[in-house]
Amino acid sequence: MTANGIGAPVRRKEDFRFITGQGQYTDDVTRPGETRAVFVRSPHAHARIKKIDVAAAKKMPGVIDVLTGAQLAADKVGNLICGWMIHSKDGSPMKMAPHPALAAATVNHVGDAVAVVIAETTAQGKDAAEKVVVDYEVLPAVVDPAKAQGKGAPQIHPDVPDNTIYQWHLGDQKAVEAAFKAAKHVTKLDIINNRLVPNAMEPRAALADYDAGNDSLTLWNTSQNPHVARLVISAFVGIAPEHKLRVIAPDVGGGFGSKIFIYPEEVVCLWAARKVKRPVKWTSERSEAFLTDAHGRDHVTHAELALDANGKITALRAKTIANLGAYMSTFSSSVPTYLYATLLSGQYDIPQIYCEVDAVYTNTVPVDAYRGAGRPEATFVVERLVEVAARQLGLDPTDFRKRNFIKSFPHQTPVIMAYDAGDYNASLKKAMELADVKNFGKRKRESARHGKVRGIGYSTYIEACGIAPSQAVGSLGAGVGLWESAEVRVNPTGSVEVLTGTHAHGQGHETTFAQLVSERLGIPFESVSIVHGDTDKVQFGMGTYGSRSGAVGMSAIVKALDKIEAKAKKVAGFMMEASENDIEFKDGKFTVKGTDKSVGFGDVALNAYIAHKFTGAELEPGLKETSFYDPTNFTFPAGCHICEVEIDQETGKTEIANWVAVDDFGTVINPMIVEGQVHGGIAQGVGQALLEGAVYDANGQLVTGSLMDYTMPRAHDLPSFHVGLTETKSPSNPLGIKGCGEAGAIAAPAAVINAITDALGTEDIAMPATANAVWTAMQKHPPKAA
Amino acid sequence: MYNFTFHRPTTVRQAAGLLARNPEGKLLAGGHSLLPVMKQRLAQPSALVDLSQVEGMTGVELKGRSVVIGAMTRHADVAKSDVLKEVLPGLASVPGSIGDPQVRNRGTIGGSIANNDPNADYPAACLGLGATIITNKRRIAADDFFTGMFSTALEDGEIIVKVSFPIAKKAAYEKFKHPASGFALVGVFVSKRGPDIRVAVTGAGSNGVFRVKSFEEALKKRFSPKSIEGITVPASGMNSDIHATPEYRAHLVGVLAKRALTKATA
Ligand SMILES: Cc1cc2nc3c(=O)[nH]c(=O)nc-3n(C[C@H](O)[C@H](O)[C@H](O)COP(=O)(O)OP(=O)(O)OC[C@H]3O[C@@H](n4cnc5c(N)ncnc54)[C@H](O)[C@@H]3O)c2cc1C
Repeated sequence: MTANGIGAPVRRKEDFRFITGQGQYTDDVTRPGETRAVFVRSPHAHARIKKIDVAAAKKMPGVIDVLTGAQLAADKVGNLICGWMIHSKDGSPMKMAPHPALAAATVNHVGDAVAVVIAETTAQGKDAAEKVVVDYEVLPAVVDPAKAQGKGAPQIHPDVPDNTIYQWHLGDQKAVEAAFKAAKHVTKLDIINNRLVPNAMEPRAALADYDAGNDSLTLWNTSQNPHVARLVISAFVGIAPEHKLRVIAPDVGGGFGSKIFIYPEEVVCLWAARKVKRPVKWTSERSEAFLTDAHGRDHVTHAELALDANGKITALRAKTIANLGAYMSTFSSSVPTYLYATLLSGQYDIPQIYCEVDAVYTNTVPVDAYRGAGRPEATFVVERLVEVAARQLGLDPTDFRKRNFIKSFPHQTPVIMAYDAGDYNASLKKAMELADVKNFGKRKRESARHGKVRGIGYSTYIEACGIAPSQAVGSLGAGVGLWESAEVRVNPTGSVEVLTGTHAHGQGHETTFAQLVSERLGIPFESVSIVHGDTDKVQFGMGTYGSRSGAVGMSAIVKALDKIEAKAKKVAGFMMEASENDIEFKDGKFTVKGTDKSVGFGDVALNAYIAHKFTGAELEPGLKETSFYDPTNFTFPAGCHICEVEIDQETGKTEIANWVAVDDFGTVINPMIVEGQVHGGIAQGVGQALLEGAVYDANGQLVTGSLMDYTMPRAHDLPSFHVGLTETKSPSNPLGIKGCGEAGAIAAPAAVINAITDALGTEDIAMPATANAVWTAMQKHPPKAA
Repeated sequence: MYNFTFHRPTTVRQAAGLLARNPEGKLLAGGHSLLPVMKQRLAQPSALVDLSQVEGMTGVELKGRSVVIGAMTRHADVAKSDVLKEVLPGLASVPGSIGDPQVRNRGTIGGSIANNDPNADYPAACLGLGATIITNKRRIAADDFFTGMFSTALEDGEIIVKVSFPIAKKAAYEKFKHPASGFALVGVFVSKRGPDIRVAVTGAGSNGVFRVKSFEEALKKRFSPKSIEGITVPASGMNSDIHATPEYRAHLVGVLAKRALTKATA
């Protein structure tokens, strides 16, 4: 390992710019003559638009134009789409209702945009927006997924009966039924996976600039995947052909999934910029974000586990209703299906699994991928079932897990996934040591002396990351391939630019990717810069989500670096008058085998460009290579999180007393960054388990519409984490990387709830386990003292 | 935010005059309750009369057997006051639990009391100590001042100039924070000054801050947490929202009162 190479805890390059306030976020970008967009949004969850009167608004000071959904439709701006096809059990395709960027006929959730004011300033735009008169006929609303399909539920979209988008299933239903019939014991659970609001630090923003001379558009956008945004906006929404639309996602302050999707606001800014012939900018306010950023989770599930007489799991079945909100967001259909049911085997050897998922429309904000996306929901089902089953059988939850762990690889689960490497015993063992499980009893007695009940909870999770290969995801319905691209440009002076199709919005790619290049080419870490987020610079890429940038994006860089090395060897051969086959490359030096003749990487770079040592017929000048890399399989990060809680019996308040996370992420490029990702993930998982939860009232108003009511986790809600690693390399990419971005959020909720239910001695507690909820549970089931 | 005119008087008289001339105007203290609602366009004052330059409205002073705090004294300055920490530590602990450093460096005691948010901390301290609210027109006992959620005995154009707190021998505040906002989900202030025993509760009541007479009665015999054991507060009249049921709030009143009493008698 070099000082800044693979495995070194290098400080993040990008932090200087961020910490000193020199980041360039979308809202920091300004264009001459820029105008501001202010959206007129529905105050109703469900209503017919009878009439929109913009006359008074148009006369307000500073107003350039007021545009409505009717005009958007007249201009033939296409609808937003969901890019992953799911088929129902009966073979019928999912029912995707139209999603116009501005509603023209009906509004389907509070915050649905019906018009936009383009004004000189935001304040003037807001004044004018208040003067837009919308005549609504209010319709009944439904917000609860469990009630969306009922007879009495209002129909939201005309062509979607029962508000049911699809009724999908996976697994062998008959075999599962047989296994349940033969079971010695069955564990049953009803689970609600609470709805979450992502709340990235930087709110969404868009700035659209129309160049009339070239009839082209540029969009600066808070995107996790600018190329996908460009593709969808050109191919489906039809705003401009792909080559006439440039999308730039500059510095982006967090996404957690919510910035993957193509949203109405960016479409409207582009459309409006062309109409008013001036740049149009929109920056979301936090309250607008609550009403428009795609939410996460929101599953209602009944799950069962079948066990034989030896405490071996024989089958699992689950029936889930997934709330997709008022419209199908970009990847929403895949989250409760292929990102969820395929992970229901967890770390366990489960012979048979069957899962049914109904996806429903409700009058709520669209729901889509949020950190973990489907896998936290799956892990929660599996890890709660396993913990409860162990308790019901009177077995130690860790012994029960060990008994059922998958122990040999590769392992084909009954739900598509073929796990290729792992050692689940190793992470459990290491985590138990770090958590000092041996002395838990002592700590529990000590807590009891202070009027507190203590509990311990495990979560031995697995996830699937680096979603690929493209053929496989295509066969599951994905509208795109999930490979990644990289272009390595070596400059004549030997410094290197790497263009990547991934996008960093907190992950530290500028550092980790440079570590890889520095080690591989033997050049200083400082001589490498990473370029991303601009469709004019990077040819194509799929962006960053699903913990894919290391496993897929860095693998593409490795492949491009292989090509760089091959070409550089040719150049070095000409320089040293030796055959390229006799050239060895090590530590930044090209050496003729068996001699002391050598040239440095910088010299080779220079010679590649001055091209004095070879003719054009012998070799093309220059040193630049591209690779499109498609992995051979998903990767399977896994590990064990152990949470210890202490509950105040008087108030019901849960304190997290200790947290241990032992993860197997395969190869780790930068342990400091990886640890940071784990911390952040756990914080979000603890947030889901203890604090967060979007609440709608029966009329579809979002009760938790601001940070005064929606509880985000804060530093004081969290302990110092004890983080450890085990390592089995992923065999499906050249670096052996598995991915680490979502693990914490996937593992944590089950660990917390398993700990709380252990402390209380009842399973009757839902997320978020607020102090009030825990106190109420204790009133019903008084906990036994230690 | 809608447009407004901005005024910056230097005396209480000028401020009162400006308010009289701007009936739709509002006083601006720390702005940490007023400005958020203006930004959300939920309030539309025609004028703001900024009190920040008005003389004689800041500081914590010992006056005989009372501590007098200027209405424009920031939460952070009250928390830091050495005098207060010495003579009335129970009160000194209140502002430290408010919001975050930004809020504490701007928000004022006068603004907090005038606003009378049902979850605010200072109202419990005022009622729990039997403070006197001194305005440009009169002196109002805390018992008469807080008249319900976001409502007070202040008349139009009346300005709080200072607040006088009698020094109680025993006093303490216990707060259970609202998980999202950090305001008091329930907060209980207890005090004993000779025969005057007070238990004031914020956050819980659907009518704002209130006194718990049953606790006060029981504490007359002995000012100790033991004295209120077994006495429950009824859930009726308690606030109900997504963060806490009335039953839970009623329960917390008892728990926090005991904890405050333990602290006050330690
Ligand atoms: C993020 C956040 C967290 C907070 N957390 C807490 C908390 O935990 N606990 C808590 O108690 N509070 C909390 N607050 C509220 C905070 O304490 C406010 O500062 C306080 O409620 C109002 O004081 P102010 O000086 O900011 O008043 P302003 O906002 O300026 O004014 C509030 C109202 O009082 C009137 N007013 C102001 N001064 C006077 C006066 N001298 N005479 C008559 N009327 C006057 C104004 O006209 C206005 O109507 C929080 C606020 C924020 C933004």
